[in-house]
Amino acid sequence: MTEVKMTVNGRAVSGDAEGRTLLSTFLRETLGMTGTHVGCDTSQCGACVVHVNGNAVKSCTMFAHEAAGAEVATIEGQAAPDGTLNKIQQAFQDYHGLQCGFCTPGMVMSAAALLKENPQPTEAEVRDYLEGNICRCTGYHNIVRAIMAASGQEVPAVAAE
Amino acid sequence: MYNFDFEQPGSVEDAVAALKEEDALALSGGQTLIPSMKQRLNAPSKLVSLTGIEALKGVCQNGDTLSVGAATTHATVAADGGAYAALAALAGGIGDPAVRNRGTLGGSLANNDPAACYPSAVLASGATVVTNAREIAADDFFDGMFATALDEGEIITSVNFPIPEKASYQKFEQPASRFALTGVFVAKYADGVRVAVTGASEEGVMRWAEAEAALSADFSPEAVDGLTVAADGLISDLHGTPEYRANLIKVLTKRAVAAA
Ligand SMILES: Cc1cc2nc3c(=O)[nH]c(=O)nc-3n(C[C@H](O)[C@H](O)[C@H](O)COP(=O)(O)OP(=O)(O)OC[C@H]3O[C@@H](n4cnc5c(N)ncnc54)[C@H](O)[C@@H]3O)c2cc1C
Ligand code: FES
Ligand code: FES
Repeated sequence: MTEVKMTVNGRAVSGDAEGRTLLSTFLRETLGMTGTHVGCDTSQCGACVVHVNGNAVKSCTMFAHEAAGAEVATIEGQAAPDGTLNKIQQAFQDYHGLQCGFCTPGMVMSAAALLKENPQPTEAEVRDYLEGNICRCTGYHNIVRAIMAASGQEVPAVAAE
Repeated sequence: MYNFDFEQPGSVEDAVAALKEEDALALSGGQTLIPSMKQRLNAPSKLVSLTGIEALKGVCQNGDTLSVGAATTHATVAADGGAYAALAALAGGIGDPAVRNRGTLGGSLANNDPAACYPSAVLASGATVVTNAREIAADDFFDGMFATALDEGEIITSVNFPIPEKASYQKFEQPASRFALTGVFVAKYADGVRVAVTGASEEGVMRWAEAEAALSADFSPEAVDGLTVAADGLISDLHGTPEYRANLIKVLTKRAVAAA
């Protein structure tokens, strides 16, 4: 094991990691930050999406050592320190964009990456961007509506397919 | 996953030296290698990460050639590859945004998945694959499913794509894997048209010579109307029969010509 250092949600952190330690494992088990979920562990579902140097990545498909020195952002850093939800999180609550909540950390982090790149996406662009985020509960419509609302745009009454 | 030593060299020379160890493997974006290591299909003793090597990253145009570093992510090619729009569009259609932020050109070519997108662009463009040791013509690079002309420890450093007059990649997506169920890349150059097909043949990416001849004479979708693709040797799986893929090759070729 060797020490790896990175910044997570603005805070300098370090911990020991083996070569094979995944970034998701490092966040959850070494740092105890269990907000990042592991749904599939096969790079398919997107529950584990975090940002590394501003880019959305699947933390189950990256080694902790590859994030050495990087700025990592996770779901834990999205709300304000007093617990006030950010715009995207609040919209997920308002528009019922989650049921069991397992996919939600990844959905919120993907949505944040999308809105940074494209602050006023069309509904089709939202759906396209979420291609790598799987939700077994909601049927996606309310997730799309939440992201449209978070971007300050009109929310489709019944999201079209 | 079995454990391994992790190294992150800063230069191609250091990476090549590190790869001399038996059972050492290059790691680029990890979007193929990490899942396969989890399944224990690969168990390297050492991984040599290429993503810290700046010389392997970036897109640059030299006259009518677009040069792409092997460790350039799909997202960067999609954003900066505008001089070869069909290539940028292909990169922007690989997997999903998170995969595109990590996965790289070099990893895709070295892996040569029979359903991967990039091999079709490299073959249809008659591109040159540059390694630490030599230059390999696209026609000599791909060597059947998951096999290439690369020697052990040899690293792809960049790929030089001649920029075509017109081109288009049409991917019929397998929605679960997001790879190509079948994909066709058509590229028209002053001296002729090249057509490369991925996701269809059991031998991996291939050229469709009859369509190339027909389209070189008449670059229109109708030019391939009279051609048929034999189903022999095409992939059969639960997503499509060989006959279905044979039909897709023709349909996608016509769409690519129309869109080019
Ligand atoms: C959910 C998902 C969807 C995907 N969808 C698509 C898709 O639609 N189309 C598509 O084409 N691909 C798709 N992929 C695959 C993706 O494009 C991979 O990024 C790519 O195939 C491998 O590139 P990598 O940089 O991640 O390579 P790695 O996984 O790091 O490496 C793959 C192999 O190449 C070797 N290697 C890496 N770089 C070099 C180099 N420079 N020189 C020599 N050898 C090298 C490694 O040793 C390893 O054997 C998908 C992957 C996932 C997880
Ligand atoms: S847990 Fe990483 S993609 Fe599913
Ligand atoms: S809310 Fe349950 S998986 Fe998305």
